[in-house]
Amino acid sequence: MDVMLPYTLKNMSKVIKELIIEQGLVQLNGETFFKGDTNETVTFLKSLYKHIGLKYGKFFKMDSLCKLGFLATEILLDGVEDIKTETDEVALVFANASSSLNTDVNYQNSIAEIPSPAVFVYTLPNIVIGEISIRHKFYGEHMFFIQEKYNKEELLKYTDSLFAETQTKFAVVGWLEMGMNNEYSAQLMLCSK
Amino acid sequence: MGSAVMIIVGANNIISPLGWTSEENYKNVIAGKSGISIQDNTELSDAAFPVALIDNNILATALDANMDIKGYSRLEQLSILSLKEVVSSVDVKSPETGFIFSTTKGNVEYLNSDAGNQGLYLAHTAQNIADYFGFVSTPYVISNACISGVAALVTAKRLISSGIYNNVVILGADILSKFVVSGFQSFQSLSAEPCKPYDANRDGLSLGEAVASVVISKTDGQVKNGAVELVNGAISNDANHISGPSRTGEGLFRAIQQTLKDGGNVDVISSHGTATPYNDDMESHAISRSGFSEVPVSGLKGYFGHTLGAAGVLESIISICGLKENKIIATKGLQQQGVVEPITVATENITAPIRGLLKLMSGFGGCNAAVYFKKHE
Amino acid sequence: MSELKEELKAKLIEQLNLEDFEVSDIEDNDPLFADEGLALDSIDALEIIVLLEKEYGIKLDDPKKGKDIMQSVQTLADFIEKNRK
Repeated sequence: MDVMLPYTLKNMSKVIKELIIEQGLVQLNGETFFKGDTNETVTFLKSLYKHIGLKYGKFFKMDSLCKLGFLATEILLDGVEDIKTETDEVALVFANASSSLNTDVNYQNSIAEIPSPAVFVYTLPNIVIGEISIRHKFYGEHMFFIQEKYNKEELLKYTDSLFAETQTKFAVVGWLEMGMNNEYSAQLMLCSK
Repeated sequence: MGSAVMIIVGANNIISPLGWTSEENYKNVIAGKSGISIQDNTELSDAAFPVALIDNNILATALDANMDIKGYSRLEQLSILSLKEVVSSVDVKSPETGFIFSTTKGNVEYLNSDAGNQGLYLAHTAQNIADYFGFVSTPYVISNACISGVAALVTAKRLISSGIYNNVVILGADILSKFVVSGFQSFQSLSAEPCKPYDANRDGLSLGEAVASVVISKTDGQVKNGAVELVNGAISNDANHISGPSRTGEGLFRAIQQTLKDGGNVDVISSHGTATPYNDDMESHAISRSGFSEVPVSGLKGYFGHTLGAAGVLESIISICGLKENKIIATKGLQQQGVVEPITVATENITAPIRGLLKLMSGFGGCNAAVYFKKHE
Repeated sequence: MSELKEELKAKLIEQLNLEDFEVSDIEDNDPLFADEGLALDSIDALEIIVLLEKEYGIKLDDPKKGKDIMQSVQTLADFIEKNRK
């Protein structure tokens, strides 16, 4: 799984692996990793969870954005032996357009009855960073940016500054979108210094 | 790796219940005034509660003098008013001037009234504000819970060090809505009285509204005495729980270590100090583990409440005013200190030489941030 | 009482998204918050307070009492029996 892609960016971030999750399809380094029976977001994410064979009870408590980011990172980091747990060396740099609006709508609907704390906690986009950090014991640099549409360049510029100025040696970088109507897209890169 | 360029803090503004300029806010803080009062506002909460709200009558007066922004949302109006003077110190038409918008919930109240509104999208809101002033560079939008404002300062420093920008204008803004207030209520995080940071009887936070803006610039080293340098900053995660802070202050401790890896005199700590039982205990761990048990800790939530995405920018500006004037600001609301680890929380304003200031922030998602400012002398 | 306990187990599984559990997996005296039990956390505790209000009309005014009430399904059921309207 440790395929070096045939390109290096003009800056200092080297892309080691790439993952795309869209339309019920998971592609790792351009090859199909998993194809779901359905594109329906909740069912698809659950089937992907089952597919990777992980037992992680907290997964079912997550909102859809967290499930997407959690699974994407899980697949991207699988088999990368240089990345250890309990580390400051892995940065998480994500962006999307809808922030946490997918869950914001659910929370807004709960206010009329009894507001749900378990929903409210997910009304911040950076919670997915917390979920991934807890799973892998990543203490490192992290950031959630909001962009009108995926601006890879902007994220890589920031990632470069992490490689230059912080203890970061690896970074999971990219797009984690979960729209108001459950439309999803993950486009992540594993970068190294 | 230290960078050769010196990065300094420039023009700034704060709009809060304590005033409409940084100077007015700082003056009221030093005078011990608080923006928190019991408000009976059914748009925010069924029962009256202590909160720091920006006065809509003052906003209305400001709008009369700025008719061209009447069509914007309340958050955008306040943001534009805060930035108006501040941006005059930079060239917004230069691609070397960046703009960072820090917020947690932006215009989230549209979910209740106008769910199709594009203003729900934070990048759209940022672009609206940027376009008003004519910024040519694309705004960076940061939404990292309560550390957003400090994360914006750290990001500005990094983008300047990397040579991407010469100047960065940072805007931190959050206003209150039933969405936000009911959420903190559901977490049982709100105190029935104005918050009491680090107090033995603290029982929760008070929320506040604020908009704050600041320019961060690269200089050639020819800076005046008294100029404040943004030296370094770092962000770290607890890797422990998505809402509860680490019991050992793990992430905050690491953020402090990274921020000060090249040394620095810390004469005052401008802390997060939300007045929730766990946050303040967590900070006492991180501060004492860092060897700063004797360094005065100044928490500002008793003046402004917790202003969420604005907090890191607002509290940095107020603490920088103190740094310039050699004032350690009292932690308002504290009567009897009661946190698990030994720290020295300032209970009154103290005049003392201050060389450097450490600003701390922590938030949901286990995130922690620190930034270190130094006075040029 | 045993009917209430079974109902409570089902509601906890649903409300707290405990997908790895079946009603039959949960013993009446299993600790709710310990790893050898249901391994619930502070957000779950807040959500149980919501559940008590929504399903049984019980408002927990003093959240500090929550600790004693939320030991197990048994203690929760005892509390509901005593307080429900």
